[in-house]
Amino acid sequence: MPSGPHSITSAGAALRSGEKTSVELLAAVMSRAEMTESELHCYLNLDREGAMAAAHRADRELGRGQDRGPLHGIPVAVKDNMCTRGLETTCSSKILAGYRPPYDATAVARLREAGAVIVGKTNLDEFAMGSSTENSAYGPTRNPWDTGRVPGGSSGGSAAAVAAGSAIAALGSDTGGSIRQPASLCGVVGLKPTYGLVSRYGLVAFASSLDQIGPLTRTVRDAALLLSAVAGHDPADATSYAGQAPDFAGSLDRGVDGLRLGVVKELGGQGYQPEVSETTEEMLNMLEARGAEVMEVSLPLFDVALSAYYLIAPAECSANLARFDGIRYGLSIKGPTASATMGETRAEGFGPEVIRRILLGTYALSAGYFDAFYGQAQKVRSLLLNEFYEAYGKVDVLVSPTSPTTAFRLGERTQDPLAMYMSDICTIPSNLSGHPAISVPTGLDSQKLPIGFQIMAPALGEEIMLAVAAEVERLAGFDALPPPALAPPPGVPL
Amino acid sequence: MKWEPVIGIEVHVELDTDSKMFCGCQVSFGDPPNTHVCPVCLALPGSLPVPNRKAIEKIIQLGLALNCRINPGSVFHRKSYYYADLPKNYQISQFDVPVCLDGWLDVESDESRFRVGIERVHMEEDTGKSVHVGEGGRIHSAAETLVDFNRAGTPLVEVVSRPDLRSAADARTYAQELRAVVVETGVSDARMERGSIRFDANVSIRPEESLKLGVKVEIKNMNSFRSLEKAIRSEIERQTALVTAGERVVMETRHWDEDAEVTHGMRTKEGSSDYRYFTEPDLAPMVFDSSWVDEARSLLPELPALRRDRYRGMGVRPAAARVLASSDPQLRSLFEEAVESGADPVAAGNWVTGEVTASLRRREVSLEGLPLRGEQIAALTRMVSEGLVSAGAAREVLEGVIDGEGSPSEVATRRNLLQLSDRTALQQVVEEVMAANPEAVERYRSGERKVRGFLVGQVMRSTSGRADPRAVNEILSARL
Repeated sequence: MPSGPHSITSAGAALRSGEKTSVELLAAVMSRAEMTESELHCYLNLDREGAMAAAHRADRELGRGQDRGPLHGIPVAVKDNMCTRGLETTCSSKILAGYRPPYDATAVARLREAGAVIVGKTNLDEFAMGSSTENSAYGPTRNPWDTGRVPGGSSGGSAAAVAAGSAIAALGSDTGGSIRQPASLCGVVGLKPTYGLVSRYGLVAFASSLDQIGPLTRTVRDAALLLSAVAGHDPADATSYAGQAPDFAGSLDRGVDGLRLGVVKELGGQGYQPEVSETTEEMLNMLEARGAEVMEVSLPLFDVALSAYYLIAPAECSANLARFDGIRYGLSIKGPTASATMGETRAEGFGPEVIRRILLGTYALSAGYFDAFYGQAQKVRSLLLNEFYEAYGKVDVLVSPTSPTTAFRLGERTQDPLAMYMSDICTIPSNLSGHPAISVPTGLDSQKLPIGFQIMAPALGEEIMLAVAAEVERLAGFDALPPPALAPPPGVPL
Repeated sequence: MKWEPVIGIEVHVELDTDSKMFCGCQVSFGDPPNTHVCPVCLALPGSLPVPNRKAIEKIIQLGLALNCRINPGSVFHRKSYYYADLPKNYQISQFDVPVCLDGWLDVESDESRFRVGIERVHMEEDTGKSVHVGEGGRIHSAAETLVDFNRAGTPLVEVVSRPDLRSAADARTYAQELRAVVVETGVSDARMERGSIRFDANVSIRPEESLKLGVKVEIKNMNSFRSLEKAIRSEIERQTALVTAGERVVMETRHWDEDAEVTHGMRTKEGSSDYRYFTEPDLAPMVFDSSWVDEARSLLPELPALRRDRYRGMGVRPAAARVLASSDPQLRSLFEEAVESGADPVAAGNWVTGEVTASLRRREVSLEGLPLRGEQIAALTRMVSEGLVSAGAAREVLEGVIDGEGSPSEVATRRNLLQLSDRTALQQVVEEVMAANPEAVERYRSGERKVRGFLVGQVMRSTSGRADPRAVNEILSARL
């Protein structure tokens, strides 16, 4: 089983064998951050003191045999749209500059209970709206594989930190591909769980019916371990799944023998970088050789999923972001009246992409336009779900590239929102259906940029999805690292 | 042309739950500002609503009491508008799938009995409270505005009537009846002075023979039943004057000015408001099990309309039955206990709705903690019917009982209020009066019948009013 130089699994083994302490793991991660941050800007905020205290506590606990499980003592980064008690949480927006939440998001609290060491808060597109992390009010994150390129987004800070070794693992959030697409562009594993599996309490909402927290890690096993730590019912989230969470790491060695893999016809061909298509094709051949039954499946509504998404997500965001009004917290630009205060604060506090989406959403929900836009999009959403059900009657999982292209250059798509939106063409359908999906690195293109392979599964189908992902990981043998200046030297800090 | 008013009433009721609609904060009134708040009701980033099951149970009870159909499933919506005391800048409310639909309420006044259709009863959350401080103290002249979020998120039920009302008086009667149902079902204490029940009215007028509805005006800010009635009356007059003068009524929201007793147009918003309703994605649709709804129905208390009929069936005067049926539960159980202790229902009804209520009002107290019991009312009515005390003396006995002086007979004895119906004693008094007024006796005997009244009066006077007038008359007749 491949185990990257910084995996949760290998670091955990080193902790338990006494070879390393949590404080040493943290020091290594922090020194990586010091070396790379000026170039990459993965973090908005490194919590040196808090992390060091947590690492010492983990060492004390492990020292007296109190083992909280696989995450105990492991340095983990958290995307800055999850609330961390007393630790600045900005969503990369000026409107929340200096905001310190009085509570931990449930996922963060669970990380702490699992003994994880929270390294800091990672950069993102403002309020998770974007596919390149260029929409951060605090400057973009760069891709460790090529600093002239974007890491993807919106969880670009988390993906780049894991790729660069300035975190062993990270939490991201995925509304339209925001975990999987940056994972693909940074050569790491990114998993979006079934909607409801991980509590959204404390995740600053972008589009409530689509948002889901999930892991970005170096290995498939790590993704399963991190997901296990944060998943499970939360009474504070009324959309949280009430049943028992599956055993995510239990099926990793199952293989793909006898599994039916559906290749989504609509996710390929024109507009896809040839090397991405070729690598995907090769992987399918290898999977077939391992006993999987590979067939093409057509889901015609995938062609309009993007349009439906860009009505539903902005509509929800237009209401979700209404609370940022300068009255109770965050940026406040006082005007002569309450309504002037709200207007001026919002105009000053939100960046252009956020304003664009609020306007789109407000328009889509307006009287007279509702039926044509939001109403129609919801119909597409439910029809799309039917297509998924039908497909999952024929196959166990659906597969595709994660992103049509490898990492693009900074500034390449910022002036063309539609080109930017196309980056998420492969990932959006699973958000609309609420189903789980994962991106696993499969290789590099001719410019030494990572290519990701996506596996989608039906609701609560994480186990079978992870089984396929683990096989893809074994077959790909992806152990490449970013260029030496920005990558952790193999074997170090372990 | 004669104009007919068409009125519909929207009622907001704050539910009597321990905690708020979507978080665990205590529902409170009058506590220091912003002491019952949390990330959810302050709309801090990342917080999420979780519905209060008790509140849902209560709205279903109210819906059943209002003869509504309970939707098998119901959905929350977001209603968007920006206001400083609305923390999320949207209110979680309901739109096209409310919890309760299509009910009615039977209403009765001295003049009429009528049925008012209930269009819907839906669940939402209350806002915070803006406090305008400094200078004028009103919104446009205040130095600054402070917001108290203690009330934000309090469960709120909105009851929307159909436009079935035709007069300001009927609107008031409907509002009173609805409040009685709200109190009866225990969904709220519905205290108007605390704003825990609030009424808005939609008023339009149309030519009497027309079936088409006129342009409707919404009036707000009425804080008593009296001002609700007055505001509607004033609005009907305003609209009638407008159309009579050939002008048109404009669709708007108007504020009732309690002091000036007129409605004022509120600053008109640019364009009509668009709340951009859409399904609340943070909350799953609600599903109500029919057997659970049936059980809730079987647990409904006796409602005012039914109780009114029952009291009337017992013989209680209609007006008293109406008052009793929707009076506060303590007063009602006083009546019921009196009847159980053998009181004549007619007399007990009159006493409880009359003298007892008047006395409590004079004393500005409620029955709570007072020593007045149903059996004492029963004893009192019996003493009156048996002629042991006069009607006037009985009122004084009641006061003594309320003052804790003991049972009615103890009070009557101690305060010397028992009627003299002892024949021998009265005979004695009559003899004395006749001896003292020979002239009057003579005039009576010579046919001047009205002098009899004077003689009765003299007897009553010398017995300090305690003589039983019937017995006095009999004795006098015999002696004269």
